[in-house]
Amino acid sequence: MTRVIGEQDYSSLAQDLLARASKQGATVADVMVADGETLSVQVRMGAVDRLTKAREKRLGLRVFFGQRSASASTSDFSRDSLERFVGETCTLAQAVVEDPVSGLPDPGQYATEFPDLNIHDPTKLQTDQQIDLALRTERAAFAADSRITNSEGAECDSSSGRIILANSHGFLGQYANSSFSLSVSPIASDAAGMQRDYWYGVDRSFAKLESPEAIGKEATRRTVRKLGARKVPTCCAPVVFDPEVAGSLLSHLCSALSGYALYKGASFLIGQLGAQIAPEFVTIYDDGRMPGGLGTRPFDGEGLPTRKQAVVQRGRLTSYLLDTYSGKKLGLPSTGNASRSIGESPSAGPTNFYMVPGTTSPEDILTSVKQGLYVTDLIGFGINMVTGDYSRGASGFWIENGELAYPVEEITIAGNLKQMYANIETIGTDLVFRGRVACPTVKLAEMTIAGQ
Amino acid sequence: MAKDEAGALARFGVTDREIEQALGRVKVSTVDYADLYFEYCQSESVSMEEGIVKRATKSIGQGVGVRATVGEKTGFAYSDELTPKDLNIAAEAARYIADSGQSTALVPVTHRPALARNLYPHDRTNIEVATHDRVTLLNAIDAEARRYDPRIKNVMAAYNTEYKIMLVATSEGLMVGDIQPLSRLQVTCIAEENGNRQVGTFGGGGRIGLEYFQQDQRYLQFAKEAAREAILNLSAVDAPAGVMPVVLGGGWPGILLHEAIGHGLEADFNRKKTSAFSNLLGKKVASEVCTIVDDGTLPFRRGSLNVDDEGTPTSRTVLIERGILRGYITDKLNARLMGIPVTGNGRRESYQSVVLPRMTNTFMLAGESDPQDIIKSVKKGLYAVSFGGGQVDITNGKFVFSASEAYLIEDGQITKPVKGATLIGSGPEILKQVSMVGHDLKLDEGIGTCGKEGQSVPVGVGLPTIRIDEITVGGTKA
Repeated sequence: MTRVIGEQDYSSLAQDLLARASKQGATVADVMVADGETLSVQVRMGAVDRLTKAREKRLGLRVFFGQRSASASTSDFSRDSLERFVGETCTLAQAVVEDPVSGLPDPGQYATEFPDLNIHDPTKLQTDQQIDLALRTERAAFAADSRITNSEGAECDSSSGRIILANSHGFLGQYANSSFSLSVSPIASDAAGMQRDYWYGVDRSFAKLESPEAIGKEATRRTVRKLGARKVPTCCAPVVFDPEVAGSLLSHLCSALSGYALYKGASFLIGQLGAQIAPEFVTIYDDGRMPGGLGTRPFDGEGLPTRKQAVVQRGRLTSYLLDTYSGKKLGLPSTGNASRSIGESPSAGPTNFYMVPGTTSPEDILTSVKQGLYVTDLIGFGINMVTGDYSRGASGFWIENGELAYPVEEITIAGNLKQMYANIETIGTDLVFRGRVACPTVKLAEMTIAGQ
Repeated sequence: MAKDEAGALARFGVTDREIEQALGRVKVSTVDYADLYFEYCQSESVSMEEGIVKRATKSIGQGVGVRATVGEKTGFAYSDELTPKDLNIAAEAARYIADSGQSTALVPVTHRPALARNLYPHDRTNIEVATHDRVTLLNAIDAEARRYDPRIKNVMAAYNTEYKIMLVATSEGLMVGDIQPLSRLQVTCIAEENGNRQVGTFGGGGRIGLEYFQQDQRYLQFAKEAAREAILNLSAVDAPAGVMPVVLGGGWPGILLHEAIGHGLEADFNRKKTSAFSNLLGKKVASEVCTIVDDGTLPFRRGSLNVDDEGTPTSRTVLIERGILRGYITDKLNARLMGIPVTGNGRRESYQSVVLPRMTNTFMLAGESDPQDIIKSVKKGLYAVSFGGGQVDITNGKFVFSASEAYLIEDGQITKPVKGATLIGSGPEILKQVSMVGHDLKLDEGIGTCGKEGQSVPVGVGLPTIRIDEITVGGTKA
């Protein structure tokens, strides 16, 4: 636990800040320090477009004066500045109102084991290596189809960083993580106009990153198939979500299950714990310990251990996503889902959040639709978390007799998320993690489609 | 404002010579342009919920971004340390894209113009308001919203401020500094009746201070507006689905312009020919009643700047004049590559991000129609007065924006409120559908934040009441 990651020992800096806060009268406090480095390469039309290199660090301090608290962050680690910083944070805390629920988690709840979760790959990529990877990805996209005439570019990023969290109940934890990503956004054109799509790979381990060739080819496949898209008449029909957009339905579920949305009355799932919110074949997990996961971490933003838990079990809502504060407001214990930006008090959010795959292949799901919509892209923010009302811009394909008949665009799909979850008809077998939230292909019985 | 520039330099603890050295290191012979952007930003947020002002946060950020451009290439590095050593490391990293050797020559920074104007004179203590003043304001908002109607069950409000000092030094020998204050007050109310829960929001701000919110007790108006919208939505019926005429009210519905045409006219997309507006300069893209400008020179507005983040004074750019596409929004890199004027729209979120051509305040000029006549002209359609966010696909031009307060129009009369719905259209086509423009141009209240390539910058929009003959409304009632 006292193992130092990286060259600089920020754990003693954290302890020092806790001591200063206490000296200024703070009852308890916690400190989070993050530092990291990034190399980002963007290429376009076969040449380097932008190269970004950076090293950064930031620390956040939260102090409590009884039940008053405030948070602050700074990137200036010089001794004089930090002394002033602690003072200002303490002043801020004493100016707000007492909140009877506030405080650190009780001792005894904190993470004590820090297993290796495979989230840090020490591989250091050279600038030229990243340029080469990005160029190969873009080349592969162009090579895959002659209708690719332009490009928004390809990007190869690598980053590594570490997080240190310490508090005055004696918790001290740290972990390092890394991320490697590769993406490309080709543009296809024909007489009717231009279409753009995008594909990407992202992994904590460089060795597991998808190949530039596979990413480029898939990006092009997704792009050229959109050429000639048109509107469809306004109607009600079954809607199949491809995994990328199905994931957004789970992200909305995460927002609705956040303890903060719930206790404020700002979620359409208030009071639904234990209720059947989806059909029996729907099971959803949140797993903070999944090896190598993009949402994996040994402890949450308050130092509590992460874990794997069923959020929806056979269609029944079995857990909210809670940190200590929002849990107390709802009369429940934390679920280890405190998420935290440096210098903010915690909020509650998912770790690795996914729907368990079903038994029907995505092809068979499409075959099951006589007339309906296959959605591959969604845009806009037309989601009301208080009511669950949902209305977003969509594009994809019209399905006729189980086949993709033609591409569609400039339409909307609308419904209510509560009904949408209840209307899940089939789940695909194709679960792949490309982010913290992942979902297989999903078919909903019916939504309103607005078009011509 | 030479005083501010000197003050800024002192603030960053960097000497002239260190700046000239770092610029020299990055501006090697093959580099077309280089700049250093120093930033100090302090932001503070105090928020209230459940009748308690329980959260206060403060963030201090400081650093430098170093950039070099060679042809279309950009090399960029940033650092949160400002020592000569860190400046040089960043300069070397930014120079990586230039295939030329090291240089130890200085780039003299001799052109240090005073700001020609100050669009947002301010007193720092009125921006970074004492916490107890914020608490008083938020408590009053809570009381006012709850007094508006007993069905208001929760009130959430936040008072956020930002105080940014920037200084840019360029390889052209230019050095300019500016102080950019920003304040925003946002209120959200949740109303509940018989298990039906609805939300209403209202907010405003700009490059202004506490006095703006206190003037005529504007903060209480914010509370009432948020409460009114939440209560109104309790009786909202399902929104219609399909193509219909839509009347947009003045002000914030100008987000239509931002999404439908603004992004598509940013120079980077047009240089790369990835925008649905590429090659449409001089062509008709809107009906004759439409004239649209981007104007960064409006005093105290959220989207305004004295100078952009490359030191260019902001300006008023005509984008569409009587329906004809006239101009693009540019930064230095894209203006140079395209051979068109620099419009002062080079903006960045912070020292950690690169400059991109971005909008400032984008709005349509007033027309001649009476807003009442515009509503009366619609037999069956939608009247939308408030919106949430919007988004656009630059390449195919499809954009959306989502109504948060809207009504049915039946036989020329505004009737029932409807639930929020997304409107979708095509950027180069939609403004051709504008048949009437009201004489009531209104700018928004000052809440807009625009996202591009992961960077957020404050922007403004504005619109008179307009009639769109046909647009797809994404309700649930087919």
